[in-house]
Amino acid sequence: MNKVYNNKAWFLILPMLLLVAFSAIIPLMTVVNYSVQDVFDANTRFFTGTEWFETMLNNPTLQAALLRQFAFSFTILAIQVPLGIGIALLMPKRGWQASAVLILITLPLLIPWNVVGSIWQLFTRGDIGLMGVGIRQLGYAYNITRNPADAWATIILMDVWHWTPLIALLCYSGLRSIPDAYYQAARIDRASKWAVFRYIQLPKLTNVLVIGILLRFMHSFMIYAEPFVLTGGGPGSSTTFLSQSLTTMAIGQQDLGPSAAFSLIYFLIILLVCWVFYTAIMNMQKDNANQGGA
Amino acid sequence: MTRSVPTTPETVRQQAAESAAKRRKRARSAPIRWRRRTLLGLYLVFVMLPIYWLLNLSFQTNSEILGSFSFWPQNFTLGNYVGIFTDANWYMGYVNSLAYVLMNMLISISVALPAAYAFSRFRFIGDKHLFFWLLTNLMAPPAVFLLPYFQLYYSVGLFDTHIAVALAHCLFNIPLAIWILEGFMSSVPKEVDETAYIDGYSFPRFFVTIFIPMIRSGIGVTLFFLFMFSWVELLLSRTLTATNAQPIASIMTRTSTASGIDWGTLAAAGVLTILPGIVVVYFVRNHIAKGFALGRT
Amino acid sequence: MEWMVWTLPTAIFFSVIAAILLGMTAWELASPTVERRGFLPIATTRGDRLFIGLLSAAYIHLAVVGFTDITIWFALGASVLWLLVLMRWG
Repeated sequence: MNKVYNNKAWFLILPMLLLVAFSAIIPLMTVVNYSVQDVFDANTRFFTGTEWFETMLNNPTLQAALLRQFAFSFTILAIQVPLGIGIALLMPKRGWQASAVLILITLPLLIPWNVVGSIWQLFTRGDIGLMGVGIRQLGYAYNITRNPADAWATIILMDVWHWTPLIALLCYSGLRSIPDAYYQAARIDRASKWAVFRYIQLPKLTNVLVIGILLRFMHSFMIYAEPFVLTGGGPGSSTTFLSQSLTTMAIGQQDLGPSAAFSLIYFLIILLVCWVFYTAIMNMQKDNANQGGA
Repeated sequence: MTRSVPTTPETVRQQAAESAAKRRKRARSAPIRWRRRTLLGLYLVFVMLPIYWLLNLSFQTNSEILGSFSFWPQNFTLGNYVGIFTDANWYMGYVNSLAYVLMNMLISISVALPAAYAFSRFRFIGDKHLFFWLLTNLMAPPAVFLLPYFQLYYSVGLFDTHIAVALAHCLFNIPLAIWILEGFMSSVPKEVDETAYIDGYSFPRFFVTIFIPMIRSGIGVTLFFLFMFSWVELLLSRTLTATNAQPIASIMTRTSTASGIDWGTLAAAGVLTILPGIVVVYFVRNHIAKGFALGRT
Repeated sequence: MEWMVWTLPTAIFFSVIAAILLGMTAWELASPTVERRGFLPIATTRGDRLFIGLLSAAYIHLAVVGFTDITIWFALGASVLWLLVLMRWG
């Protein structure tokens, strides 16, 4: 669409800008201020310069949490993206079944995040949980509070349960926007199922998939409530991710300076990843527009 | 109309495709369709099983939960639910949560509508960077903003009020609303706006009487997403409240006491947090897929 | 404002950022930017290059502060230089 150049549009933006600035810019400035000081209260504080940044960047606990975070994010993406595409391909296209399947699949997304943790806690406990008791009946001593591998597998399973629907719904809506004519042409050419997927469905999906991967990556990077309720970050610190380390430091220990420095590092990582994805999305839309015009 | 002689290449193709499809439908026998259904069914079982287990436990007493393992309630009881609905501490949690969620929906949608219109129709200085900045707010981990929020709302005297949580959730909900609405608005042709202006509509009148009705499915989906993300968020709502505006999510932590965890009440409270979501998703079921793609398919 | 615990260095930092943003707006009004390709792999406008420059400057500072003993003023100098190169040829 050809947009008109008109700077009066700023007036339409203004109310939104003031509100978001109130919730985003003022707190961000405060975090920056905290990060260069040792704050006891508003009147008792010392300027520390870059000391907190140096300690945080070299803190082995946080480095471990960061690595764990990346491992977690890539694992769930590797599972959720193919699974989501597969489910989207299986979902019925019309009729009451389509609505019913859609609502059932959306269900996990609508549950408060700590309740998701509670559900899985109830589901996986060795004494009262269906899955916990079931696996023990099979002869494996499943225990998420003792065995880090079990805890990891359970958290990944929980995240797959919780968020695969998002990818599936995105892909489903991408698939629905393919005109029937494409499939008809493919049938005439006697294209194989794989060819239909590779040359008709997948190109249409890339657009929504980039959005999906962006959302999933970012949300997995701020995962907090689910592992907190399910495992409490344990056993040991084997399932402690970035948000939880940060929250423990900021609220639990009241270390304002270090946790602010850590927040800023965290935020810069997010900013970089976000920018890469955003540029990718925008360039893709530009390419699409150019092709559409030709 | 049966088998008229095809005249244009398109009709030839179409007829060929139709007959091929019919032949194939007969040929592509039941096994394939059943395989698809079985796979989808297996996934649905995977989705429903944990929820079923929650439901199952919510209808049992604690002694039954801990004493015997059963696939369905042996002594069906509503005691856990009765306990929640008769204790003001518990049911006020739902009222508080709903209160700030509704406030947030109202604030977010009313400032997001004009902003999304501006992004979808005009170019202006800094538009792309502004849009990106909004996106970063959507992606920012709430943990980063936790401390200053606490200080900010404490210093302006809004701590432990519903409006504080509603405003805090604006951080990610307004960008989300703008992103989705912009997608829906861009699919409305610009000729609509131009015709209205030629017909002498002023901008506010055009926006309210013509434009908003045209994108009402988009607005519905947006409201659904605002509801969802405000409803499921825990960290900010827990930090910004103490007693008066405490959300249900943080009241649920009360089930673990010194004498162990009250599993039955925890399960029942969990079931009750799922219900509002089911109600709202029913209204937008036909548009939800497009909403998840942020209006961009 | 007291709870925001301002210090002089951070105040200067944010004033500079605000001044740059205002300056960019004025420059944009005076002569609108044209999207072009420089040594960066994507076509960028002036604002894009500024953002890339600032973001990389943040990472340069973090690297210098966290993993070397070089003074932060060196990082600042390198960042400003890099920003200028990026604005001109990026």
